[in-house]
Amino acid sequence: MAAIETNDIIVLSDVTKAFGTFQALKGINATIQEGEFFSLLGPSGCGKTTLLRMIAGFDEPTTGSISIDDKPMAGISANKRPTNMVFQSYAIFPHLTVAENVGYGLKTRKLPKKEIAAEVGKALDMVDLHGLGHRGAHELSGGQRQRVALARALVMKPKVILLDEPLSALDKKLRDQMQVELRSLQQSLGITFILVTHDQEEALIMSDRIAVMFEGEIAQLDTPEGLYRRPRTKRVASFIGVMNFLSAKLTGEKDDALTLTIDALGDVTVPRSIAPIGLDPAGIDAVGIRPEMLTVLMDETDTAERSVKGTITATSYYGDMTYYDVQLPGDGAPVTISMRNTAGRSVLPQGSEVSVGWGADSIVLFE
Amino acid sequence: MSRSRKAFSARALTVYALLYMLFLYAPVILLPLFAFNDATIVSFPLKGFTTKWFDVLWTTEALHGAVRNSMIVAVSTALLSTVLGACAARASSRYRFPGKRPVMGFIMLPLVLPEIIVAVALLVLLMQLGMSLSLWTVILGHVLICTPFSIAILSSAFQGLDTSLEEASFDLGETRWGTFYRVILPLVMPGVISSLLICFTISLDEFIIAFFLTGTDVTLPVYIWSQLRFPTKLPSVMALGTILLALSVVLLILAEWFRRRSARKQGLEASAAGGFM
Amino acid sequence: MGVTLDKEARQGLTLLSPAALYALLMLAAPLAMVVTFSFWTQNYLDIDTTPTLDNYREAWSKPIYQVLMFRSLRISLTVTVVTVLLAFPIAYYISFHVKQRKALWLFLITVPFWTSYLLRVFLWKVILGFNGVLNTALMQVGLIDEPLTFILYNANAVVLTLAHAWAPFAILPIFVALEKIDRSLLEAAEDLGDGPVRQFFRVTLPLAMPGVIAATLIVLIPTVGDFITPRLVGGTDGLMIANMIQIQFGKANNAPLGAALAISSMVIVASISLLIYFAGKKFGGKVE
Repeated sequence: MAAIETNDIIVLSDVTKAFGTFQALKGINATIQEGEFFSLLGPSGCGKTTLLRMIAGFDEPTTGSISIDDKPMAGISANKRPTNMVFQSYAIFPHLTVAENVGYGLKTRKLPKKEIAAEVGKALDMVDLHGLGHRGAHELSGGQRQRVALARALVMKPKVILLDEPLSALDKKLRDQMQVELRSLQQSLGITFILVTHDQEEALIMSDRIAVMFEGEIAQLDTPEGLYRRPRTKRVASFIGVMNFLSAKLTGEKDDALTLTIDALGDVTVPRSIAPIGLDPAGIDAVGIRPEMLTVLMDETDTAERSVKGTITATSYYGDMTYYDVQLPGDGAPVTISMRNTAGRSVLPQGSEVSVGWGADSIVLFE
Repeated sequence: MSRSRKAFSARALTVYALLYMLFLYAPVILLPLFAFNDATIVSFPLKGFTTKWFDVLWTTEALHGAVRNSMIVAVSTALLSTVLGACAARASSRYRFPGKRPVMGFIMLPLVLPEIIVAVALLVLLMQLGMSLSLWTVILGHVLICTPFSIAILSSAFQGLDTSLEEASFDLGETRWGTFYRVILPLVMPGVISSLLICFTISLDEFIIAFFLTGTDVTLPVYIWSQLRFPTKLPSVMALGTILLALSVVLLILAEWFRRRSARKQGLEASAAGGFM
Repeated sequence: MGVTLDKEARQGLTLLSPAALYALLMLAAPLAMVVTFSFWTQNYLDIDTTPTLDNYREAWSKPIYQVLMFRSLRISLTVTVVTVLLAFPIAYYISFHVKQRKALWLFLITVPFWTSYLLRVFLWKVILGFNGVLNTALMQVGLIDEPLTFILYNANAVVLTLAHAWAPFAILPIFVALEKIDRSLLEAAEDLGDGPVRQFFRVTLPLAMPGVIAATLIVLIPTVGDFITPRLVGGTDGLMIANMIQIQFGKANNAPLGAALAISSMVIVASISLLIYFAGKKFGGKVE
């Protein structure tokens, strides 16, 4: 074992998990850094919760290893690991008060009562539950339960806090608010957070880095911006936000540039550097472009780097935004375009003939 | 028209329900009536009020022995059945393993087996083993029929226990024993108490098995059976029955109260039907 | 079996084993013993362990046992039908018409059941007797001139008493089944043009069928084995097979014959129960 100083807090190497014949995880490799807000994002059944539970110590990997803070975790049970979990159901002990719940773990450390009370008070302040320590568990609202669960983990001062879909039980408004709060709490404490979620928006808002998982594998591990702007596969691209796919093929190749013919948009030359690492340019069969990277040009004063004619096939008005489905030349499916409803911009009806503006730097290549 | 027909059928049902309750309570109402009736013959018309039949109970030595025996049997049965029932209920609600359904089905079998079969089977076995009949043999039989009731009561207690609570405790550094002591036990305690009370009540009233398996020390129902043959003893048997009824009702209310408290603690709605099933 | 068990399975089996072992020792072993016994012969004080079918031959061919067996089945089936028919409207009433105090109603239904069983049966004797409560009351009202005699010491009395004794066991499963019925199904049926009667027979009853079947089996099986009620209120016409089993194990001191009678009646009751179960499954669609 080389004693290299790193600030990797968790190292996952070749972690697999089989339940009978079902392969839940197929070789996960990742390192998570100290102080990072790391998310495991994927649809249900992709293995993200299984991975989190193995980090927590509720499950052992079938093969591979997990080390936390440079210590291999094999054979170390959950109660001995420097991690604490916020459960999806919150798992608030129903027979205990808020303060007893938060102080539960400290009591196992045999701390004096006074010290426990002080720590519990601090933790409750941290999550804005000041003075609610005497409340019974059943007197709490959903948001308060979530905060108690978080305080109960924080008070243990763990190296890593694991959050299993912690916001999924809350309504939209509360969820939005908690996302911001959780993120700022994590940043001020500097503790590593690992979040499991199926909500891509939540992952984008909160995380430093995100591992997108499908069928027991990490499809892409990147920053939120990286994932959104440079998705490596079509599947990642359509899982994160909305992506228009247009069929395309490579028609020219230079040292630093690729020339593509896109069915709906015509020819374009892009720098080779925008291609994801490992992509074979000859294999390109489609380009992607996000709805907000396309513009419906309203009149002659609206300009764009490039434009193409199209017909609006559907208009959906969202208040702040309008979404257009526009049929471009060729026989591909209509593309979706989102337009901010700024002052003076009118909403165009279905059937309107329009010009669609776009830029070469906004396309993503797929094979 | 449809509405008035509905109202009529609702009223008819209510009348039926009241008549049915009368049918259910007819014998129970008579019990205290004859217990306080100042006549040696158990029949109408009533003669007057007396508590002398209760006084008789205080001076009947054989009865005291039977009560003591029944207490020994019922308390032992309640404890043993609840321990067996708790383990089995925990196993069936928390763990998955092959053969669970058939084994559980077999353990629950005494619920639908005629008691005489259970009694006869145990009797044959004990005879073959050459064991003499005693209170212990009655306890063996009672534990067999009470364990399924205990499992039924405790299963709902254990099922209401979210596994993530145990995981949370474990995650917060607590050991398995610590988790059992600090989380599981307090949450299922009301179920345990309710199981103890129900098993106690069943054992206290059980006659057939006790009749077959009891030795020279008789239990209370066997004693009552022997008294039913003597008409002069009947009024005091009625007094005894009245006391037993009052005791059973108090125990049942307690059991139900504990069960509901358990459900409430776990944040569940106490279901109307769950109690005695 | 060659199957390796994981940690969870081992823990589960370990926890279940005390109760399973107990049932094995105190139920399976004794039942096996009874079966073995039924093939042996009683010679006054000794038991001849040469296997023989004589006990079964006697149990199935002697008129007295045939009569008792048939009567037991007839009484038990009558008791079951009467009990379930009487119980259904009550379960229906509590489930559909009682709004707030359902638990109280259920509690009130179970209270009489916790009175000493012996005393309950005995009190029916007091109610139904020649100078009993019922006759006295009816004569005082003037409905009858002489005490009714057909109500005690015969099969009717046994049916009535047992229907009373098993009432809660019939009501509760039916009630549970009725409670599970999604009320919007009834509204859907009404919306689709069914009147109350058709709603009941096309929706409520089929969905309550699992409860009805459970009630039927729960009442039928134990009543065959009852010997207190026939002894106390049945007279000679009301004696059932269980009384004979009890006599064989007691006074008659012929345990092997008693065992053969017990096994025979168990097999017959089990077959009838299975028949009812499968018939119910066919009618109700699914029975749990």
